[in-house]
Amino acid sequence: MRDIRWRLALATIILTASGYMAVSPVQAQTDTPSAIQRQADQPAAPAPVVAVTPAPDAYSGLASTHFDVIAASIAQIGSQETPQAHDTLKALASHHLFAGNDGHALYIHDGDGWRDVRTGIPASPDPNQVHPVRVNNRVRLALAEVQAGQALVTGTPAQRLAAASRLAEHPDPALLLLVDHALDTSHDAALDATLKRAKAAIILSPGAPVSNPATLLAAVASLRAQGGLTSRAVLAGFAGNETAPTQARDAARHAMASIDRREKIWALGQQAFYGLSLGSVLLLVAMGLAITFGVMGVINMAHGELVMLGAYTTYLVQKGVLAVAPGLSGFTLVLAAPAAFVVCSAIGVLIERSLIRFLYGRPLETLLATWGLSLIIQQAVRSVFGSTNVAVSTPGWLSGAFQLGGMTITMNRLAIMLFAAAVMVALMLVLRRTALGLEMRAVTQNRRMATLMGIRTARVDALTFALGSGVAGLAGVAVSQIDNVSPNLGQGYIIDSFLVVVFGGVGNLWGTLAAAMTLGIGGKTLEPLLGAVSGKILLLVLVIVFIQRCPRGMFPLRGRGIES
Amino acid sequence: MTAGFGFRNVPRIACMVVIVAGFLSLGSLLPDSNPLSVSPFIVTLVGKYLAYAMLAVAVDLVWGFAGILTLGHAAFFALGGYAMGMYLTREIGTRGVYGNPDLPDFMVFLSWKSLPWYWWGSNHILMAIVLVFLVPGILAGLFGWLAFRSRVSGVYLSIVTQALTYALMLAFFQNGLGFGGNNGLTDFKDILGFDLHSQTTRATMLVFSALLLAGTMIGARWLVSGRFGRLLIAVRDAESRTRFLGYRPEQVKLLVWVVSAMIAALGGALYVIQVGIINPGEFAPANSIESVIWVAVGGRGTICGAVIGAVLVNFGKTLLTAWLPEAWLYGLGLLFILTTLFLPEGLMGLGHQVMRRRAEVTPEVTQTEGDAES
Amino acid sequence: MNASPLLELRNVSVSFDGFRAINDLSLSLQPGEMRAIIGPNGAGKTTMMDIITGKTRPDTGIVRFEGRDLTRLDEPAIARLGIGRKFQKPTVFEALSVRDNLLLSLKGLRSPFSLLFAKKTEVETFRIRALLETTRLAARAEEQAGSLSHGQKQWLEIGMLLGQEPQLLLVDEPVAGMTDAETMATADLLRDINRTRSVVVVEHDMEFVRALNVSVTVLHEGSVLAEGPLDEVSADPRVIDVYLGR
Repeated sequence: MRDIRWRLALATIILTASGYMAVSPVQAQTDTPSAIQRQADQPAAPAPVVAVTPAPDAYSGLASTHFDVIAASIAQIGSQETPQAHDTLKALASHHLFAGNDGHALYIHDGDGWRDVRTGIPASPDPNQVHPVRVNNRVRLALAEVQAGQALVTGTPAQRLAAASRLAEHPDPALLLLVDHALDTSHDAALDATLKRAKAAIILSPGAPVSNPATLLAAVASLRAQGGLTSRAVLAGFAGNETAPTQARDAARHAMASIDRREKIWALGQQAFYGLSLGSVLLLVAMGLAITFGVMGVINMAHGELVMLGAYTTYLVQKGVLAVAPGLSGFTLVLAAPAAFVVCSAIGVLIERSLIRFLYGRPLETLLATWGLSLIIQQAVRSVFGSTNVAVSTPGWLSGAFQLGGMTITMNRLAIMLFAAAVMVALMLVLRRTALGLEMRAVTQNRRMATLMGIRTARVDALTFALGSGVAGLAGVAVSQIDNVSPNLGQGYIIDSFLVVVFGGVGNLWGTLAAAMTLGIGGKTLEPLLGAVSGKILLLVLVIVFIQRCPRGMFPLRGRGIES
Repeated sequence: MTAGFGFRNVPRIACMVVIVAGFLSLGSLLPDSNPLSVSPFIVTLVGKYLAYAMLAVAVDLVWGFAGILTLGHAAFFALGGYAMGMYLTREIGTRGVYGNPDLPDFMVFLSWKSLPWYWWGSNHILMAIVLVFLVPGILAGLFGWLAFRSRVSGVYLSIVTQALTYALMLAFFQNGLGFGGNNGLTDFKDILGFDLHSQTTRATMLVFSALLLAGTMIGARWLVSGRFGRLLIAVRDAESRTRFLGYRPEQVKLLVWVVSAMIAALGGALYVIQVGIINPGEFAPANSIESVIWVAVGGRGTICGAVIGAVLVNFGKTLLTAWLPEAWLYGLGLLFILTTLFLPEGLMGLGHQVMRRRAEVTPEVTQTEGDAES
Repeated sequence: MNASPLLELRNVSVSFDGFRAINDLSLSLQPGEMRAIIGPNGAGKTTMMDIITGKTRPDTGIVRFEGRDLTRLDEPAIARLGIGRKFQKPTVFEALSVRDNLLLSLKGLRSPFSLLFAKKTEVETFRIRALLETTRLAARAEEQAGSLSHGQKQWLEIGMLLGQEPQLLLVDEPVAGMTDAETMATADLLRDINRTRSVVVVEHDMEFVRALNVSVTVLHEGSVLAEGPLDEVSADPRVIDVYLGR
């Protein structure tokens, strides 16, 4: 019983809200019960075949050449929840609706040929006697309103929320009553908040029914609390409205200033987020180098290629999962990370045992040999996988974004930040808390003494290099989520990651962290000022000059044993 | 190391370079029917090799004699190329696509109204020659002064030089910089009024390049063989010792560095004239590293080795990329690895190395400690 | 003090990452004096040399040479003032001939431009010949320095020091790795040098120090523990403690 009552109210609201109507309200009201009836019978399915003859006048407005009349007609048709009404509006939106030159006949012309709007019966009008129903912004708005109104009241909770926020973005005074009604029937805190926001926006929009100053102030306060650019635009419009009460307009101006301040802070926060996420990528790719270069003093120019191999491992794991257990495809990355670590560590051991160990103490030769190796790895990958990008998909739980206040946090970037932090912590633990870490540090500090104490330095070298390479593989997993996976992937990171390690101070993981974040945030700060490339160039130049001033980086190790 | 075969024979090899280039040039002027005729393609190719050889000599000077492993010398090469390219671009005059007498095509395309200030005077060959040496020289001077004064050395310096050329590459890719962006400078018509595409001009340029290369080789040998050269070796092998003798190694290095940058730039200028294009790709870090391997293959610290290495490796590249394009990177990669592992003194040191093989001990793991530490 | 000292360190301290390598060290050397410095490993002997020659800058304290403040100068400037240094590990230019090693050391031309066009003068040839005699390397003058024996490299380095014509020589463990005969010859050489120049010798070899027959400074944990003739110092219980452990 209650259900029927609010549906009646809804219909009335929509009709009233449409403002100036071309047809008599009586006509419209006689029409509504059938819609209600159908809705009551089948609440979920919107398309039963019910032979209801629509009132000719409601549709004939569409055949008018005046946009206002068309818009009014749309509002009226929108109140009817018949398949015809639905189809008609859809046809109108997609430019498939045609009107007879007589100002009455209406046809839908789509892939199925011509058919009469009112009866749905195929027709064959004289093409010279019909013209497409024209659509302008006014008409589009009317269409959108109808859709919003429908969704707001009768949609699923998600649709209602979406409709409400759409309305908050594009406030329409015509829908004020509808919003009020929706507020009465809302049982959901999120929907409630959004509706209140929409209501406040509507109250302050031009053309809204005149409200008392207290309501206006409350609306201003609500938008002020809400913030955001749309709220600001509504407030700006209201502040410029000469007819509005001065006190409320002043409040609106203050609210705007407050929103501006907040926006600035959020924008900074957003930039910091981008910077930190870029820094995390740099940190990930540089951490492996911090081990091989910082701890062992080995210049591995093939480091970027190890990252690339990590990304390709992710690709292969993903392919394997899809082939064996498609149901697990969401967990690809969870499997890929250990796989990439193992694969790259193994390759690392191979590189160390077969190449690098012959070049210890000759860093420049190591550099050249590993560069040669990088060319071979690149070409090998190109031969096996082709030179074009391979597709590594992002699992559902990593795509998308959420709002944090005024910031948009994309899931994949957030995940990379967390991942980088986790890898960093794990690396710290390995270096500080394990026997291998202790041996590594011992060998770094005094190789001869370590040998005398029974540490198998060759084994430690191989394991250290394996660790660095494995971390490169982990970086590859992360990079596969944000960058093109191609044989050239590694080259794009090698210079940056070496700069990060040197900038931070060799042999110091905290320095690497600080350097990566400085470069990340610096890069993202310069980007809007200078453009992406110029910003990068300036940053490179700054780092070059910095390294020349302080060759040992931001956090130099000092002591007797250190020679540049 | 300096007294090796390659170093002693610099004048001889320099003469050979000139003679071979001379014969090729003459051959290219013969009619096609003559059995000794040389195709224009070969002339351009050899001209390119000689330009690269010049770059290799520059790399050898700093790496072989001063111990500075540069991974950014292609930057100086490319800057020299651009300086010459500016002059050649202005020479096009109204023969460009847009026929604008003042502005190069790409500036017309970007709807620029006038030449940027740094193109001033670029229509004079003398200005071009000055710029070829001055711009890389000043950049190298600034960079070297900062780096050597702060005692940036070894791999740190290598990394920074690589970053430098990378930054320049990014910059030259920008349209706004005024050097043709992606496409660089090309479509040159003539030089000093001589048609660049005519066989005579090409033949002359080849001989000219060979003469300049020979002169550079002999000049480089002179530079490193006198007392200055001995100091250079001393700085390379025991920099801090020279400091305690009262020398300033940073000045020594800076001098060689700047001279080397200018030689590289000269190579770049010759490259542009003969190959006919310069674009930002020449700044790619990979190019710089490739030039180091030429020197390593030939034998560092021998000058002749640099020239021979550059010509051989590039000849190999020409052949491989024509026959088996995929094999080139494998070949280059292997070349890097095998040379560093088995041929530390390069081809020039091969005889040396074989003779000493018996006495050789596997290199001991040395720690990078200071020379005066307890 | 009767005359102004040639070299003076006053209250010098330096620390690396919290470790005090030199702790309130004071030391002075008269013109023409030869001084032996001994001390266990880590006593700060090499760091002291580093401070005098400008390699390490002291955190606090005064270092003067002929009244000039050395803490503001870098290594080449200090070397040009007349302080020569021989490293513990012999450091010669191994790729150059013995003659060229000595040539580079000769006092005179130091700027790279002047070296570009330098010709060897009569005087230089003569000086080199004399140095080759002094260091007994005349027979091997044209050989690469890298091919010399350890002891010969030590001597070559001392020869290079002399070529600089310094007023003060700092000699770090000159007889390490030498035979007894070479050690005694080196002691003779240093005494000979001391007739015209001041010398500071850091050494572990007590026989050698005894042969030098000069006053001794014992360093311990970065400061002076004892000073005086060797016999007196070696009888000092604190010195015995430090050397033999407690």
